[in-house]
Amino acid sequence: MNRIELASRRDFLGTLFSAGAMVLAAGAVPAIADAAELDVTTTAWNPSVFLGLETDGSVIIVAHRSEMGTGIRTSLPMVVADELEADWSRVRVEQAIGDKKYGSQDTDGSQSIRDFYLIMRETGAAARLMLERAAAAQWNLPPAECRAGNHAVIHAGSGKKLGFGELVAAAAKQPVPAKNEIRLKTPEQFRYIGKGIPIVDLKNICTGAAVYGFDAHVPGMVYASIERPPVLGGKLKSYDDSAARKIAGVEQTVVIEGAQPPYGFQALGGVAVIADNTWTASEARKKLKIDWEYGPNAIYQSETYRKSLIESAHKPQKVVRSVGDVDAAFGGAAKVVEANYYTPLLAHAPMEPPAALAHYQNGKVETWTATQDPQQVQETVSKALGIKPADVTCHVTLLGGAFGRKSKPDYVAEAAILSKKIGKPVKISWTREEDIHFDYYHSTSAMYFKAGLDSAGKPVAWLQRTVFPPIGSTFDDKQTYGGDGELSQGWIDIPFDIANLRAENGPAQAHLRIGWLRSVANIYHAFGIQSFIDELAHTAGKDPVEYWLAALGAPRTIDFAGQHAKYTNYGKPMSAYPLDTGRLRRVVEVVAEQSGWANKKSGAGQGWGFAAHRSFLTYVAAIAQVEVDPKGKLRIPRVDIAVDCGSAINPDRVRSQFEGAAVFGASVALLGEITTADGRVQQGNFDTYPVARINEAPYETRVHIVEGGGLPTGAGEPGVPPTAPAICNAVFAATGKRVRELPLRKQKLV
Amino acid sequence: MIRLKVNGTAKSYQGDPAMPLLWYLRDVLQLTGSKFGCGMGLCGACTVHVNGEAARSCLTTMQNVAGKDVLTIEGLSEHGDHPLQRAWEQANVPQCGYCQSGQIMQAAALLKSKPHPADHDIDEAMQGNICRCGTYQRIRQAIRIAAGVKA
Repeated sequence: MNRIELASRRDFLGTLFSAGAMVLAAGAVPAIADAAELDVTTTAWNPSVFLGLETDGSVIIVAHRSEMGTGIRTSLPMVVADELEADWSRVRVEQAIGDKKYGSQDTDGSQSIRDFYLIMRETGAAARLMLERAAAAQWNLPPAECRAGNHAVIHAGSGKKLGFGELVAAAAKQPVPAKNEIRLKTPEQFRYIGKGIPIVDLKNICTGAAVYGFDAHVPGMVYASIERPPVLGGKLKSYDDSAARKIAGVEQTVVIEGAQPPYGFQALGGVAVIADNTWTASEARKKLKIDWEYGPNAIYQSETYRKSLIESAHKPQKVVRSVGDVDAAFGGAAKVVEANYYTPLLAHAPMEPPAALAHYQNGKVETWTATQDPQQVQETVSKALGIKPADVTCHVTLLGGAFGRKSKPDYVAEAAILSKKIGKPVKISWTREEDIHFDYYHSTSAMYFKAGLDSAGKPVAWLQRTVFPPIGSTFDDKQTYGGDGELSQGWIDIPFDIANLRAENGPAQAHLRIGWLRSVANIYHAFGIQSFIDELAHTAGKDPVEYWLAALGAPRTIDFAGQHAKYTNYGKPMSAYPLDTGRLRRVVEVVAEQSGWANKKSGAGQGWGFAAHRSFLTYVAAIAQVEVDPKGKLRIPRVDIAVDCGSAINPDRVRSQFEGAAVFGASVALLGEITTADGRVQQGNFDTYPVARINEAPYETRVHIVEGGGLPTGAGEPGVPPTAPAICNAVFAATGKRVRELPLRKQKLV
Repeated sequence: MIRLKVNGTAKSYQGDPAMPLLWYLRDVLQLTGSKFGCGMGLCGACTVHVNGEAARSCLTTMQNVAGKDVLTIEGLSEHGDHPLQRAWEQANVPQCGYCQSGQIMQAAALLKSKPHPADHDIDEAMQGNICRCGTYQRIRQAIRIAAGVKA
């Protein structure tokens, strides 16, 4: 038995963390001060909630963020291992259950690295120092001469060496280092940071052994399939389950009460069929005869709604940023250009639809699920069952894609409600049609732009209005205006240096659950602004990149002072993460150079298009090449993306995120559209809601990482916003056809 | 009674012959490497081999596989070292990984019929397999590595 009881553990942690060792200033760091038990029974020494060392030399690092494909389950533990001087081959990564002691586990907003990089470094470095001091004490040598290196502490002078495992017991008794004693590595000393390692799940994924929410299994579990109200807020009037219950393998049907506005993360309600396998449950569900009362959202026709959004965008609306006097400046402009832009609702469509397994027993429930936020699972499920969040255990599986969908645990609430009602472990796995019909949709948006150009074609006045049903409506059904966060996603923060500029936002009532999808409001705002500036460049007869850089102006930081703007900067202080147009300029210059922009001749069915956008504190510029054949068929041979995310901690995973973002952006530009009739979503599967396939996606995406050298910023989302406008601008360059509405597939290009 | 072989082992099945193979593999045999993505043969996440040919197990019923050999990702190689699996690791293809068993099984069928595919062969063979994370260029790269062909 290698377990060592550490009497002073609580003191250790209390001292370490109350001394502020974990830099609590940013406000996004974990509340670790309390109990420090790992969910790993064999751990001998737990220097932090994120780290355990065993006497056999094993190092256990807890991944508390969810793995949906970004590589975070590898990258954050890798940071701990590097500072600890651990040998990665002796590191075991354990996935955390939902627990507030880890701080935020809401894996969202491209913030895992940015919020936890320093904490993980300090976690590793503090433990390393204690190991070094333990060795020094044992050897009776000065601690400064004893250095950790590759899973051992070494005294260079004498050649003495003790492995981490041998030092665990003594290190655990070392006094806790004060914050100012912790010595972080210098970049030259990094073993893994900035170099990267393959993801820990690589082999399991390639052999089919990796476990996702869909794969969760406990003995005795049954399978549920739910027929939900087809219109949001619909109510069950009556149902006949006699045909469904006749099917062999069906155990029973169960009614789940309908949700009440605001819908939040509540289960939508409906009639569930419980059976002994997935297929039988979903086949039997088709035999249910249900009479619904559809409710007020049955009026929702997306085509009529689209027109109303565009009308609103033509009326004066709430000012969300104002510089100079736009109205006066239009009067003095040599030329005025106006345009409408529109983007549709989108569904997330992760390859793994929502799935959860729940087992309710004796007032407590255990869940296994693909979730971006296990603490939100605890909240949501506890509310649904009327129990305490602490009585909800959430085990986090791998996520088969998420893109924001799996931070909304309505599906976990369904499984938990059913398990409580029938007293057995219940597995729920949504079909693709359920996923498309009952999503938290990316909002539809109408935008109006008006620019005044001087005689040289330079913009001297710029008016922009955006109208979209906001995410806030999901949590407060009276909310119709965009939230500060949505308006800070590429709208308020339009980076151009224009003397007279006004940004406005109009109201829109939601009729569906609106949610966040990879890069959120940046998708439509970047599409509108980056397309319109391209229009202006062509109107002025200028090279789009040169025109763009001229509009950007001299390198400066934008602070919005005196501009009537509530800019939220992704929850980070502008002092630490300024909006630095010099960095934006740099990525534009790099992408232009790397793509060979200056030598490209667009026209005759081939074109290059450009866009650049800062989101999630990361600066990104993209150049897309498109070919349009005489039949109007479009191909994207190449996309170049330059990115400045401060520091790339696991560079290959940064690259892969941007490669993927280019494909995701291509789906947005070319294919994605959700429509409604009588409140019902009209798409259901990949035939009606297509996403980019290998022959439609950019054939090649080249990612150029520009080392900004600063604090690491987002990587998962910022590649998406500039891709769609870059593609559409390339289409214009190739065909002369300006794309002002998405998706492109609905338009004739020749 | 339906008899079949799964990854070389003889099996018998007595349930509804209309049940798709995917749910037999996943819910009955607990072979969860084959994934559900659409249920309509539109995404390829459930791809297995039936008598050596790539098949969508979400559309292939149990009666379709009576007397046949089914190979899943779990049986593709004994130690996870099929040339495609090694190439997938070398190119760090997966992001979320969910679609990758289907991608690998589809690619394995391609290499059987065309050991040295050109890029257009790859795109044609793989266009039924969706990857929402967008790993396509690395999938193409990994197939080239396994096949020993250059871009």
